[in-house]
Amino acid sequence: MSKNNTVSGRKGREPITDTKLLLTITICVFFAMYVLAMLIWGGGFLKPQQFINLFNDNAYLIILSCGLTIVMISGGIDISVGGVTALVTMCCVVFLNSSGGSILGSLCIALGIGLAFGLVQGLLVAYLDVQPFIVTLAGMFFARGMTTIVNKEPATVSMEAFKALKDMRIEISWLGAQSKGGWIPARIELGAVIALVVVLAVFVILRWTRLGRNIYAVGGNNQSALMLGINVKRTKFYAHLFCGLLAGIAGYTFLLHIGAANPAGDANMAEMKAIASSIIGGTLLTGGVGNIIGTLFGTLTLETIRNIVVTSGLKEPWWQSITYGAMLCFFILLQSVVLARRGKGGLALPKWLNFGKKKSDDESAT
Amino acid sequence: MSKVKTVMQKNSQLIIPLIALLAIVLFNVIRCVVIGNFSFFEIRLTENTNILSGNVINILKDASELAILAMGMTLVTSASRGQDISVGASAAIAGSVFVKILLANPANWGVIIIAILASCVVAMICGAFNGILVSIFKIQPMIATLILYTVGRSIAYWINGGATPTIAKDHPVLYLGGFFPGNPIPTPIFIVIICAIIFVLVLKFTNLGLYTQAVGINEKAAHLNGINPIKMKLLTFIILGVCVALAGVIRVSRLALINHETILLGVEMDAILAVAIGGNSLGGGKFKLSGSIIGAYVIEALTNTLYAMKVASTDVKAYKAIVIILIVVMGSPVVKKHTSRLWSKLFKKKEIPATAGASSSKGGM
Amino acid sequence: MQKDIVLTMRNVSKAFPGVKALQDVDFTLRKGEICALMGENGAGKSTLIKVLTGVYHMDAGQVNIAGIDKAITIRSPQEAQNMGISTVYQEITLCPNLTVAENMFIGRGKYNFINWRDMEKKAKEILDNLDIPARPSQQLSNCSLAVQQMVAIARAVDADCKVLILDEPTSSLDDQEVAKLFALMRDLKSKGVGIVFVTHFLEQVYEVCDSITVLRDGKLVGEYDIKNLPRVQLIAKMMGKEFDDLSALNKKEISSTEDGETPVLEAFGLSSAAGVKPFDFKIKKGEVNGFTGLLGSGRSESVRAIFGADRITGGKVKMHGKTVRIAKPIDAMKQKIAYLSEDRKGDGLIADLSVRENIILALQVKKGFFKPFSRAEAEAFADKYIKLLEIKTASADTLIGSLSGGNQQKAILARWLLTNPEYLILDEPTRGIDVGTKVEIQKLVLKLAAEGMSITFISSEIEEMVRTCSRLIVMRDRKIVGELGSSEITQDNIMHTIAGGGNS
Repeated sequence: MSKNNTVSGRKGREPITDTKLLLTITICVFFAMYVLAMLIWGGGFLKPQQFINLFNDNAYLIILSCGLTIVMISGGIDISVGGVTALVTMCCVVFLNSSGGSILGSLCIALGIGLAFGLVQGLLVAYLDVQPFIVTLAGMFFARGMTTIVNKEPATVSMEAFKALKDMRIEISWLGAQSKGGWIPARIELGAVIALVVVLAVFVILRWTRLGRNIYAVGGNNQSALMLGINVKRTKFYAHLFCGLLAGIAGYTFLLHIGAANPAGDANMAEMKAIASSIIGGTLLTGGVGNIIGTLFGTLTLETIRNIVVTSGLKEPWWQSITYGAMLCFFILLQSVVLARRGKGGLALPKWLNFGKKKSDDESAT
Repeated sequence: MSKVKTVMQKNSQLIIPLIALLAIVLFNVIRCVVIGNFSFFEIRLTENTNILSGNVINILKDASELAILAMGMTLVTSASRGQDISVGASAAIAGSVFVKILLANPANWGVIIIAILASCVVAMICGAFNGILVSIFKIQPMIATLILYTVGRSIAYWINGGATPTIAKDHPVLYLGGFFPGNPIPTPIFIVIICAIIFVLVLKFTNLGLYTQAVGINEKAAHLNGINPIKMKLLTFIILGVCVALAGVIRVSRLALINHETILLGVEMDAILAVAIGGNSLGGGKFKLSGSIIGAYVIEALTNTLYAMKVASTDVKAYKAIVIILIVVMGSPVVKKHTSRLWSKLFKKKEIPATAGASSSKGGM
Repeated sequence: MQKDIVLTMRNVSKAFPGVKALQDVDFTLRKGEICALMGENGAGKSTLIKVLTGVYHMDAGQVNIAGIDKAITIRSPQEAQNMGISTVYQEITLCPNLTVAENMFIGRGKYNFINWRDMEKKAKEILDNLDIPARPSQQLSNCSLAVQQMVAIARAVDADCKVLILDEPTSSLDDQEVAKLFALMRDLKSKGVGIVFVTHFLEQVYEVCDSITVLRDGKLVGEYDIKNLPRVQLIAKMMGKEFDDLSALNKKEISSTEDGETPVLEAFGLSSAAGVKPFDFKIKKGEVNGFTGLLGSGRSESVRAIFGADRITGGKVKMHGKTVRIAKPIDAMKQKIAYLSEDRKGDGLIADLSVRENIILALQVKKGFFKPFSRAEAEAFADKYIKLLEIKTASADTLIGSLSGGNQQKAILARWLLTNPEYLILDEPTRGIDVGTKVEIQKLVLKLAAEGMSITFISSEIEEMVRTCSRLIVMRDRKIVGELGSSEITQDNIMHTIAGGGNS
């Protein structure tokens, strides 16, 4: 018998989709956190620049997280993105500092490297059916290794044109803060703009294009997607390709922000942060569920936590990761509880912690 | 002949890791021929200290932590159908506890044993944490272990009060990482052997293997057959915890210090790789422990070969990546399908016509 | 191609290593014809369908479809769809994370951008036309399984198909929904669509089909008009032998009001988290009782509660008069209860393990974690039951996933018989199984009962229960609404009790 469907005229509300539910939770938590920070610590949090700096400083991470969200929705994973970012940064620095260096050229290099990684990894995962974790793990090794092969030492960009680009700021005159030297308007870096454009583009692609919807379908159920006439292999391939491309863009954005490359320390753990951002944003590792706006807020949430830790005076170096971890833990548990309540496999909690939802007959009558 | 065939079929998943190992050995043989000396393979007994040394010994010794972790990781992967990426961080925690107890007490074997037990307990708690998230909260293993991965090393740092303490040169615990007096074989190798023996015995005299695989293949069916999937998953994580403690203890004893940032950095990736190279599915289910162990030595042999070729330590990763890709591509189902087709064309096999299609796992026609 | 024919397959052959799945099979489908494709498991039905839908490529043969002169080659499900061959499978091949509307339209035709409003409007039209209770913007996983099935059919139907293949579509539908489906099929028939209906439900075949094509052992037995093929003959052709008259089976007559004998199992006010309202139950030694009712009435949940498979929320269970605690399957197993679940693939088989490992599993778990069977013991157990139940398998080491449905079921049955239970619960043991094995299982049930085993038998096919049960419990809306003693067990009585006299 049908459940959950409005039949005879009763105008019941249908249950909200998983995606929307998790997204709502993430956004609420982020704003709650930020408002709380503003109330408790005031100071920096009340300055608009602090908020804008969330985008300025983490533009590359936002872009990486977008790429990772795409791949995770398709049911895969890509842990090479941090390495690719570092590699792109280093290669561009070397190129820009060389005699033939040009901004356009460096952009091409960045995109090219990203696409190359995405291409090879996509081929291996989609067409040779190799586990994405292993493939992208190898990709990460390769990228990190190549970074030092390209140039052992840290290097800074010396090319003037690029430095100008790096220092370019969009000023919002009416938003700003009063300080000793006068009114300082809020400044947006180029990288932040790129990040927002990327988020918008990915949002459009995931919501309104055939490829985007196919990615959701493939992540939801591989077999079904095949039967529905979707080219599963090609879709997975494109997901990885896209993620690689975004990693290339992220690398360039990173360079725009830092202006230098450090083979030992660039984008360390970036892939894990990107995965964490996606999860906090409501992406399920099992695939089929996820959305870009959530991921954006996921990244912002993570970085806000970092700011809160710094502001609250917890100086010891271990506090940052511990709070990161705690936040992650909170969201992961939240996701699990929320999904359990919707009957996606109840929690096996002991009797005194009972959240169990009744299983419908249909679920057992497969 | 047919007995050999059944043995081969039963152990068919070991073919890839064995071939990989063989290939590396062969590669080194060729390399030695080219450069004109076989010092790579030499095993020497040093004169005054009477211990074995040489590349082969190094490979066996350096792979110890990895091999032990690979054994535990195999079980976790099988039952929980995912990977534990926190083993490095947990090992840092276990190592920190170990060192803290050692340094706070006189240097004797009683203290050492207590320290080992304590670090086991701590690592088992970490394992239980992961296990509870995975089994009760039904969280994907990789996500659940991401928490400890993020936090673990910082906790280790905090345990040692923000320092990277060292162990005195004459502390007996260093025998664990090096050599017991009078014994030419490095201790870690012994520890691995003992660990492997224990695993084999447990797998033989209990139903750990059957239950773990059943839970990994079909949890609901396992439940209906009386198995408790939650307990099984939790158990595998706790067993991995013990492995983590051992790995941490060995590494600390070897280095005589604990640096939370660098100890066993990246070992989780190598452990997962070892499981995969060993022919085990990262998606859970059937497993062969021997495969993972061979996989661990493959990885170490590869790294060692690269160093012997004077590849800079920072570049090693790139070459490692290429070899790994080759190995897993060889083991990929698509490639396997093509090679088996080739195989059966070359050696026409007759099969008993009793059941249906090769590729479909659904019944009937 | 003749005017009234929509699909022909000639001399189609397909072989797998060691097995000839299809040998020289012909198949003809007329426009506006509903043709049943029948045969036991292993006959080749599934392979034929998969060839038509592009999942397999045939080794030899020719397929022609109306509207295309040349013979067609179908290399993928997408191509099949493009040529007008739509398929609805038994397992719901839709994506649970997408909305109803998306599931109906994704992957079809040429489009690059999604117009959500348009799509949902079109979806609503189709859903309303077909009277399917779902909203276009609803997430599919929030719909019941039956509704999901109907959405799958709606998709297939909308794709302007010439040939509609329905592969066991009614397994998860209740009678009302089946009736809706048949109305849909007749509607399509009138529009000239050719329908291939693959099913094991004999009654349904005779209700809605125009013709029957029978396969056996990969070969075509014949194509028949339904008027010319009475049931008994059909079964004879499918099995290749004379139909064993089941009415000759002897049911044990056990009066349910007999006092004195302590029931093997008694349940009082048992309820579980799966939503079963508290119920009482008892079964005597050697008794075969059945649970019946519409889909969703709670039959499976009730027996699962007895077995401890779901979380128990209340009630008491007594075995042989002594109160026992059954909170999880192992408790029930220790009390010598066995449970064959209805979802063989979902929670019965451990697909990657061998037949032997699957057979010994329950007994092994009963024995304990620290006491594994020796190799010799395990082999003995497996071989005994492979022989006893005539399980067709290359060897006991074969992966159980590669056996046919009927043989898989026998292996799972062997698993539970091996535990030597006092009380055996069989939940839809004959579902999705060929007729021959169905008969064997029913015979086995009666034999075991005669030897003293208490058995609960649940089946969607009421005739099976009429044939084997000496007592029948009727459920509706997760409550027991009636109990029929052996003399009262007739199709009519059952229907009436299920329908009920008033509100419940």
